[in-house]
Amino acid sequence: MTEMLTRPVAAEVVTGTVEILDGRSWTRVCAYEQLTPGRGVAALSAEGAQVAIFRDRSGALYAVDNRDPFSGAYVLSRGIVGSRDGVPTVASPMYKHVFDLRDGRCLDERTTPDGRPAVLRVWTVRVVQKHGTAEGAR
Amino acid sequence: MTTHLTNGPVKDLVLVGHGMVGQRFLEAFVEQPGAAEWRITVLAEEPRAAYDRVHLTSWFSGTSAEELSLTPAGFLAEHGIDLCLADPATGIDRAAHTVTCASGAVLHYDALVLATGSYPFVPPVPGHDAAGCHVYRTIEDLERIRDEAAVLQATGTGTGSGTGTGTGPGTGIGVVVGGGLLGLEAAGALTALGLATHVVEFAPRLMAIQVDEGGGKLLKRKIEDLGVHVHTGAGTQSVLTDENGRVRAMGLSDGRELPADLVVFSAGVRPRDQLARECGLPVGERGGIVVDERCRTRDPHVYAIGECALAADGRVYGLVAPGYAMAETAARSLAHELADEPAGELREEHHFTGADTSTKLKLLGVDVASFGDAHGATEGAVDVLYSDSRAGIYKKLVIGADGQLLGGVLVGDTEAYGLLRPLAMGGKPLQTAPEQLVLPAGLAPAAGPIALPDEAVICSCHNVSKGQIRAAVHEQGCATVPEVKKCTKAGTGCGSCVKQLGQIVTEELEAGGVTVDKGLCEHFGHTRAELYEIVRVAGISSFSDLLDRHGRGGEGCDVCKPAVASILASLDNGHILDGEQGALQDTNDHFLANLQRNGSYSVVPRIPGGEITAEGLITIGEIARDHGLYTKITGGQRIDLFGASVDQLPAIWRRLVDAGFESGHAYGKSLRTVKSCVGETWCRYGVQDSVGLAIELELRYRGLRSPHKLKAAVSGCARECAEAQGKDFGVIATSAGWNLYVGGNGGMTPRHADLLAADLDKETLLRTIDRFLMFYIRTADRLERTSVWLDRIEGGLDHVRQVVMEDSLGICAELDALMARHVDAYEDEWAAVLADPDRLRRFTSFVNAPGTPDPAVTFVPERGQIRPARPDEDGRILTPALVAGPRLEVHSA
Repeated sequence: MTEMLTRPVAAEVVTGTVEILDGRSWTRVCAYEQLTPGRGVAALSAEGAQVAIFRDRSGALYAVDNRDPFSGAYVLSRGIVGSRDGVPTVASPMYKHVFDLRDGRCLDERTTPDGRPAVLRVWTVRVVQKHGTAEGAR
Repeated sequence: MTTHLTNGPVKDLVLVGHGMVGQRFLEAFVEQPGAAEWRITVLAEEPRAAYDRVHLTSWFSGTSAEELSLTPAGFLAEHGIDLCLADPATGIDRAAHTVTCASGAVLHYDALVLATGSYPFVPPVPGHDAAGCHVYRTIEDLERIRDEAAVLQATGTGTGSGTGTGTGPGTGIGVVVGGGLLGLEAAGALTALGLATHVVEFAPRLMAIQVDEGGGKLLKRKIEDLGVHVHTGAGTQSVLTDENGRVRAMGLSDGRELPADLVVFSAGVRPRDQLARECGLPVGERGGIVVDERCRTRDPHVYAIGECALAADGRVYGLVAPGYAMAETAARSLAHELADEPAGELREEHHFTGADTSTKLKLLGVDVASFGDAHGATEGAVDVLYSDSRAGIYKKLVIGADGQLLGGVLVGDTEAYGLLRPLAMGGKPLQTAPEQLVLPAGLAPAAGPIALPDEAVICSCHNVSKGQIRAAVHEQGCATVPEVKKCTKAGTGCGSCVKQLGQIVTEELEAGGVTVDKGLCEHFGHTRAELYEIVRVAGISSFSDLLDRHGRGGEGCDVCKPAVASILASLDNGHILDGEQGALQDTNDHFLANLQRNGSYSVVPRIPGGEITAEGLITIGEIARDHGLYTKITGGQRIDLFGASVDQLPAIWRRLVDAGFESGHAYGKSLRTVKSCVGETWCRYGVQDSVGLAIELELRYRGLRSPHKLKAAVSGCARECAEAQGKDFGVIATSAGWNLYVGGNGGMTPRHADLLAADLDKETLLRTIDRFLMFYIRTADRLERTSVWLDRIEGGLDHVRQVVMEDSLGICAELDALMARHVDAYEDEWAAVLADPDRLRRFTSFVNAPGTPDPAVTFVPERGQIRPARPDEDGRILTPALVAGPRLEVHSA
């Protein structure tokens, strides 16, 4: 296997299987074509964590925690994908906090109401093509 | 500024008291030059760090002690502050520069700050310390009150169970002594705890300090309407106890005996100045540690701030804003006076010489505000009164002999407070006739903050004047509200001035010749109305196309994507979930349901005009029952079904659609409902068939996407039971036809609708509404309701009337054609989803484990139904749990 990648999966990739890395194993998410550009889906990791996976208009993939730390609800996969000053983002559908998809940082507030840093875990995501693996790189 | 490095702190600062003012002092002090040279120790009496005492009552409604905390995580550690909880100071030795605390420790100080606050005054009547008597000051006090109320409820031991005064078996009676601000808060809390609540106030009216007689009377009535019994002009003579020494009744000065199970004393506070008295520092006649305008006591090494201090103007302030001001004065003064190299004279503007005690609050849901000379104490002052007891509004302005506004009292409607208070403080003669300022919105001409003088304080929490905000824009180049907030702190306290802040910033920028970017967001330099025209004229049918051809690049965002989606939908571009449009929608539109706080959704089938058959009601009931949903009747005369996960939505809708229901668009920025009264068909007073018209209108405009949601109503006679004048468009029957009202609104900023046209026949009515809606959709800003749009649009109502009735812009044919297209092209969004496997695919919680319900969405039972489980509760998943866990495809890396 070649190098791990979290982002971006090269735009030219058109088919393949999206997978996320959970500890030492890869979990299948869905077919790459199943992802709507500009939208996300939620998936379960092998250990039962909820992960939000997004595809942007250029075809790049991102994966972060599905839990919105401000509301505690597992809804980030249903947020709107966008950009702020060139940074790829997702806006939580609950109270509209915007997160940087590359490092999971909240761009609006540094801490959540309970005083913890407002940062989402970033998951490693890749696309496996029929012949070999196309990887994004962080 | 020169900084010289030292080997850590060299001087000792001891702060006694960690309340709101103490914490503010710390925050202000650590920002002072040279603060790093101080080792700071805080002695706190309570077992927890500073918390928001102002919002203490919210603890009863579920705000946790952690949420009330005012100490940012890491703040103490970052600044090396040593906080000793539950270890109050017990003595001060000024000669030796030491403080002794309860634990026995003796601390040295170079500077000492007393922020001990105040204690609740308990009148020394017989029985005042009996079991069942409480005060209302700390979280621990609240815990005790809650626990005792719970016992009364659970065991039915309350007096109320036998006397008939209570509301049911097991209900106790709570009596609050004191009808001031805090007393009414306590009364609200007792009511919420399920106690039958009485307020006993010695003065002849409630909130005697803040409001006058007229305001007090109205306040009393409003509070009695909420079920609280109010006894004014009644003194507390004794607390009577039973054989166990527990409170059983109150003896009042008029000889009455008031049964009571629980008593809360809230009859004012007294400064806690004991430590100062004992070490020989001067205190005032009626208490309070004497300080000068720099908050120094007579001992140059000792400062006192907040409610324990008697300020330089001879007053003890019991409000938090003056306490904060003193904290900042003391922090500056201390850093300055005791610095090795003082950096110039302490500026006089940093002195504390008194504070404005204006207040604006919501007590038991009633808005109350008072400002300036509220009681007309100034010689030659006259009152201007506006009172509408039916609407529950009382407003009084105190006007000086030379015409300047001195102060006032507002009860029931405090909207004008933000404008009036700075005017009263500005000390300038009024530009407007005073009566204009108290007339209800709509009757008075709009007066924005531009009418305010520079000295007018806009943010009273941080004492920021209009002049300072203007300076932040001019001199420091702030161009947005967040920048001004950061720079001046304005708007970062209670937040009530943020709207005014925005207006001032915009006006300043425009006055300074800066073009304010009216673009939607960073991706589009156009307003929504401009984008609408571009899409319409250029025939653009996709977001990407619009962004590539007319945008500023990037990916879009949660502002422009839904706005463009709405425009595309308004101009009929097929199903809102198809192709790229699906990616633009807010989560509500994306799942055609309404997102709730725990990540579940609610479902609202359309019930046109609120008319529904028995069969329809049964079907909805069966569906709710079978899926375990919570049901509630909405304000728009339909039924909302809560608690569905995304996986459940298709099955729920399959049954609804089969039974003949269709989407209610409760999720969309689109027509919600057309509410109606029963009309002439049944009603003795009705003059037209309001239900019939409401159904026709609802079916005509259903699914119409607009800049914001649209609500409507039809009333069958002038009695207006459907509240049509509170809607975006409302129709009221007359004997000659229909009157059309537009631009009404309920919600946060209520507005009565304006009469657009009278006595219309039905055909003209429909045509006029068609055009009104299409003109609004075409020209309004994003998320701009018709009420705001109508006030903003140049020419206002008259202009709109000319456009839609006289075709002054020559666009009516176009508006008519657009509406005809909408009516023809309408299809039920949910039926269309159910018919298409591609559209259905998105309704799954986990793309790699279809059928697995979201384990994070859990519920608990309440009042025979479900509600979302709180984080500290074990709830259950609504969808039947799977026998085995989800099967995921996994392979090792």
